[in-house]
Amino acid sequence: MRLLEYQAKELFKEYDIKVPDSISSNNIESGRKDAKKIGFPFVIKSQVPVGGRGKAGGIQKCHNEDEFELKYPQILGMTIKGEKTRAILLEKMSEYEKEIYLSLFLDRSKRCYTVISSAEGGVEIESVKNQVVREVGLGIVSKKIAEEIAVKIDLDEKSVAYFVDTLQKLSKLTVEKEAELTEINPLVILKDGSMVALDGKIMTDDNSNFRHTELLKYKEQTELEEKAEKSGFSLVELDGNIAVVGNGAGLVMSTFDMLADNGGKPACFLDVGGGATEKSVYEALTLISKMKKVKAILVNLYGGIVKTTIVASAFIKAYDNKLIDLPVYARLMGAESEKSKEMLKDTKTKMFTSVEQAINGIVVEVTKNG
Amino acid sequence: MADIFELLRGKKNGNGNYDKQPVIVQGITGKFGSVHTKLMLEYGTNIVAGVTPGKGGQKFQDVPIYETVKEAITASKARISIVFVPAKFFLEAAKEAFEAGIKLLVAIPEHVPVRDAMQAIEIAKQNDAIMIGPNTPGVIIPGLIKIGIMPAGPFMQGNIAVLSKSGTLLYEISNNLTTAGFGQNFTLGIGGDPINGTRMVDAFDMIKDQPELEGVVIVGEIGGQAEETLAEHIIDISFKKPVVGYIAGRKAPKEKRMGHAGAIVMGNYGSAESKIAMFAKANIPVAKRPTEVPILLAGKMEKK
Repeated sequence: MRLLEYQAKELFKEYDIKVPDSISSNNIESGRKDAKKIGFPFVIKSQVPVGGRGKAGGIQKCHNEDEFELKYPQILGMTIKGEKTRAILLEKMSEYEKEIYLSLFLDRSKRCYTVISSAEGGVEIESVKNQVVREVGLGIVSKKIAEEIAVKIDLDEKSVAYFVDTLQKLSKLTVEKEAELTEINPLVILKDGSMVALDGKIMTDDNSNFRHTELLKYKEQTELEEKAEKSGFSLVELDGNIAVVGNGAGLVMSTFDMLADNGGKPACFLDVGGGATEKSVYEALTLISKMKKVKAILVNLYGGIVKTTIVASAFIKAYDNKLIDLPVYARLMGAESEKSKEMLKDTKTKMFTSVEQAINGIVVEVTKNG
Repeated sequence: MADIFELLRGKKNGNGNYDKQPVIVQGITGKFGSVHTKLMLEYGTNIVAGVTPGKGGQKFQDVPIYETVKEAITASKARISIVFVPAKFFLEAAKEAFEAGIKLLVAIPEHVPVRDAMQAIEIAKQNDAIMIGPNTPGVIIPGLIKIGIMPAGPFMQGNIAVLSKSGTLLYEISNNLTTAGFGQNFTLGIGGDPINGTRMVDAFDMIKDQPELEGVVIVGEIGGQAEETLAEHIIDISFKKPVVGYIAGRKAPKEKRMGHAGAIVMGNYGSAESKIAMFAKANIPVAKRPTEVPILLAGKMEKK
C-alpha cells in the first residue's frame, strides 16, 4: 500500500516522530471547522499518491478565510499526474532553519534496508547530488550507524541527537510495519536543533497485509479493484480506451508496451493470473463491462495447458448474456486454436495468431470509431 | 553454494547419461500441487515422495505421502523439493525443508511477504542450499527434468539459457526461441517478487561456465535493479557469449504495481530506461517485442 501523507504522519505520530499540527478532511464543511482549530495562516495540501504536488499547485499557503474559500475547493478538485485529490490536509506552518532528506528503503539486490540521507531536502531525491547511502541490515538502525550518517551529512552538533532519534524511530516503524519505503522529505531542523517531519511517504508490503490489520483502514481500492482482487486478478486502471487483458503480469506488461508503441491507449492493465479458465476470462469480461471508457478489448492469453476453446466459450457466453457488446481482438496461444477461431467466427471477437496483428487491428478499429 | 546442475542432473552414469534425480512435492494433495504433480510426472520428472501433514501413509498417483519432509527424505534420499503451500505457510514449509536437508527448493507460492522470503533465504544460506522463487514458475532442463508449473510445449533441448522474472513471458519467449530453432539447456523463473532466493545475477553465475552454453536470454521487467546488477556483472567478468535482453513494462505508469509485487517503479529506481541503458553499456541488445528475441540472438551469434 502507498499511504497518503496524512496517513504516513499518523504512523509517524504513533512512533513519536514529530509532525506539525494538522487535520485532514474531504469536504469544505469539515475543512472550515479544521481551519478554526488550526488557525490562520496554514498550508492546504492535496493528498494524492504521487510526487510533485508542490509544482502542480497542490500545496498552497492560506492566510485568511477568503483565500480558504477559494483555494480549498480548487485543491480538492485537483487531479495531479492522473491522480485525483483524495483528501485535504490543513497544516500549521512551521518556522525552520534547514530542510534535509531522510529515507529507509528495502534494497532488493542486497536484501537489506538502506538509509538514504542528504543535507539537501525538499526536492526529489533523484536530483540531489550529495546523498549518503548506507546499508543498515534488517533490524533497527543502531545508534552508532545513525550517528555516522549524521556526521556524513554535516549536521550541526545540536541536531545530531535529534537526527539519531528520528532515524531510529523511523527504522522501528519500517521494520514493524514491514514497509518497503519510508521517506521524510523534507525533515526540517528547527532553531533548537530538533526535527519535524514536514512530509511523509510510506509504502508497505501488500503481501504482509494479513499481519497488519491495523493498516487496512488505509487500503484504497476502487470497487472494480476490489472485485478484481477477489477474483485473484490484478487490475490497474488508466485513462485510455483499450482494455488490456492477459494471463501473467509479464505478458500483460509486454502487451501493454506494444499497444502503447503502436499508438493505442490502454484503459486498464488486467492480469487474470498464470492460468486461464472459462470462469476467469468471464469474470475479467464482467469487470471490463463496468468500465465505461472502454471501446475495445485486447486479449493476450498464453494457454499452455489450457485449451483455447474453453476461453472462446467464455467470450460466447459473454455476448449471449449481453455482458459485452465490444469488439475483442484476441490472441489465444494454446491447443485447439483453429477450433476456437471457428467458434468465434460470427461474433465480435477476432482471433489472431500473433499479438502484433491483434494490436494493429485494434488500434485501427478504435481510431476509426474516434 | 551448492551446484545447481549437479543437483538437477546428478553425475553421468556408466552409459554417459544423467540419471533422473529424485524430487519431493510439499503440498502434493493441494489443488495446485496435485495438478502440477501429475504434469511433472508426465514430463518424466522423478517425483518420489509427497508431503502433506495429516495424509501420511496415503498415496497420490502412486507417489507415497509422508507427514514431514524429514520422513520423505529418509525414504527417498531426495535433495530437491518443490513447494505448493499457501503464502502464509511458506516460511514454515521452507524452514522444514532446509533443516531436513533439502538443497534445492523451488518456491511456487505467490504473495509471500518480503520478510518471510528474506528469512527463508537466510535459512537456505545457513544450510548451504539454493532457493528459487518465491513466485517462480520453476526450472526446466528440457528433455531431462521439469520442476515447476510451466507447460512443456514451449521448451526444446538445446544450448540457450533463459532467465526470466515473469512466468508467462518465459513460456512465450522460450516458445519463440524454440520455433526459431534455438533449444534451451536451462530455463529458470527468477520470480516476480521484490526478493528472490536466486537473484538474476546468481542464476547467471550458475550457468555461465557451462561449456555447452551458446547464449543467454534475460527476460526482465520494471522494478528493482536486478537487470542493472547483472549487466554490470557481465561487463566486469567480460562475458563473451551472446546475451540478449527483453524488458517488460516500458510504458507502465510510475508507482503502480503491475501485477507482480516487484514490478513497480519508484522515482528512477526500477525504471525500464535505467535497465535498457545499462544493457546498452554491456552490449546487450534489448528486444522491443518478444518475437524479436530470436532475431536479435541470431544476429549476436553471427557476429561472434
